[in-house]
Amino acid sequence: MERASQDISLSDKKREDLLMLLKSAQAEYRHIPRAFIVDTAKALGLPENQVFGVASFYAFLSVEPLGKHVIRICQNLPCYLKNSRMIIDSVKKKIGIIPGETTPDGRFSLELVSCIGACDVAPAMLVNHDVHGNLTPQRISEILNTYD
Amino acid sequence: MPEKQIVSMNCGKIDPDNIDTHIDQGGFKALQKSLEKMTPEDIINEIKTSELKGRGGAGFLCGTKWELARKAGENQKYLICNADESEVGTFKDRHLLAKDPFTLIEGIAITAYAIGAQTAFIYLRAEYHFLLDLLTNAIEQAKEKGFLKHLAVQIREGAGAYICGEESALMNSIEGRRGESRYKPPFPTEKGLFDKPTIINNVETLMNVPQIILNGGEWFKTIGTGNSRGTKVFSISGDVEKPGVYELEMGSPVKELVVTLAGAKNIKAVQVGGASGSIIPFDQLDTPLSFETLLGSGGVIVFNNERDITDMVHQSMIFLSEESCGKCTPCREGTEVMIEIFRRLEIGEGVPEDMENLEALSEAMMLSSLCGLGQAAPIPVLDSLKYFRSEYEDRIEKSQILRRLPRSIA
Ligand SMILES: Cc1cc2nc3c(=O)[nH]c(=O)nc-3n(C[C@H](O)[C@H](O)[C@H](O)COP(=O)(O)O)c2cc1C
Ligand code: FES
Repeated sequence: MERASQDISLSDKKREDLLMLLKSAQAEYRHIPRAFIVDTAKALGLPENQVFGVASFYAFLSVEPLGKHVIRICQNLPCYLKNSRMIIDSVKKKIGIIPGETTPDGRFSLELVSCIGACDVAPAMLVNHDVHGNLTPQRISEILNTYD
Repeated sequence: MPEKQIVSMNCGKIDPDNIDTHIDQGGFKALQKSLEKMTPEDIINEIKTSELKGRGGAGFLCGTKWELARKAGENQKYLICNADESEVGTFKDRHLLAKDPFTLIEGIAITAYAIGAQTAFIYLRAEYHFLLDLLTNAIEQAKEKGFLKHLAVQIREGAGAYICGEESALMNSIEGRRGESRYKPPFPTEKGLFDKPTIINNVETLMNVPQIILNGGEWFKTIGTGNSRGTKVFSISGDVEKPGVYELEMGSPVKELVVTLAGAKNIKAVQVGGASGSIIPFDQLDTPLSFETLLGSGGVIVFNNERDITDMVHQSMIFLSEESCGKCTPCREGTEVMIEIFRRLEIGEGVPEDMENLEALSEAMMLSSLCGLGQAAPIPVLDSLKYFRSEYEDRIEKSQILRRLPRSIA
């Protein structure tokens, strides 16, 4: 992790590329490593705290390592009306962690998020970039088993 | 007023992966007409005649905005298509993008020509990453067909932040900054993205443009109501049988969307415009859906008789607080304090002053918040206090009874 910038090229990058760079780092390392923040700040000529400020602002970026698969369950009204709390409970039970945590084997992270624009198939969740809708507690195992 | 398809007319009729199917339906004729037979001023005049207003929530007149950008004395200008769609209960842009990316690209190409932008960005929310390939492919196909000679269209993906749908926060995000709102003025038409004149329009707004160019602004004005021309694409969810996306003529009654099309029963209330949208009780379902009355981004959530309104508003406030960018105090602190009040009401610790406090706080937030998030956050609170006051009173009364009980029983 020391030379983070080897995998993601930082040459010729501008401030406007920052969000894209951080997203690449997130995809590559499952979080934004400290070293990457330092290198990126240097490459873009920005203070480190500004890079950190951006990295910590967005829900899809994390400065703490996340699991291989990130489960994001929608907690907003249309999903809430369709019993999203039951879905949250069954995911918690299935993988044994609470929102904000990562399983010890690093397979899953669990987060509660704002509306993902799938309210017509509420309750809904994202696993990585896949949308899963019309969830029932029964279907949770089936879905999560497809992510190993 | 029946369903009427202008924006979504090609949805389901074309193959979103194949531009030829779109051209077969008359696609890109409006762009050809614009580039070959019209000056940018002609286009702006046509849009002004149509009285098209923005579909992203604020409802600003498009033609007026475009003219400001057109006249701004800068060479470099930008067009941004706002595909951040993060209003709770809203998914119509997702539907439109997935079913017909080409009409959007055509609308972008015409608009960019009209305002004089050589670069257009589509800001796509991270949650819609699954649409990225489809959209990229559609842009490539339009380029190959020679439709984008005057314009570079680039996609920028968000990273999960509701506030980035607000135009100034969105521009900060494209610039690689925290997605915080900016103080206005300056307005984007003057100093927007990278300090250059910028036009930001919603997906649905831009998708109206080709049909207006083809059929004329006067034609568009015959549809809808006096202050709301054309149609609106609605997203409906909650306690309904058929949640989904429906396009209706502006001015259609709430009942038509909610009952006739979506099949709602035992309705208690309807919230129009997302988490900070207005709430109307069941006996006002004849209210027309329009800028004059109720609209927002067209996200409609239905609550049936079993729902507790204070619980609904509490849930909305949790969202608004979570998504407040935190830059201004009234919004950041106001949403927090409101949540605290709703939480107490829920657990039986309400006090009689709660209602007055909510009202006073609402007024302060509406007056002094930096952007639309904090300014609109109190709307459902005030509406629920107006139409469902007895539910607050019941909760407060229950709290008082609980307090009078000896501790061992409570
Ligand atoms: C908190 C907040 C969130 C917003 N979210 C969106 C959004 O997701 N999509 C959108 O098109 N407009 C959104 N807007 C409105 C934009 O600021 C802007 O008015 C709009 O994109 C202009 O396009 P239009 O005139 O075509 O509607 C939001 C505004 C606020 C205050
Ligand atoms: S509220 Fe859950 S997807 Fe919209």
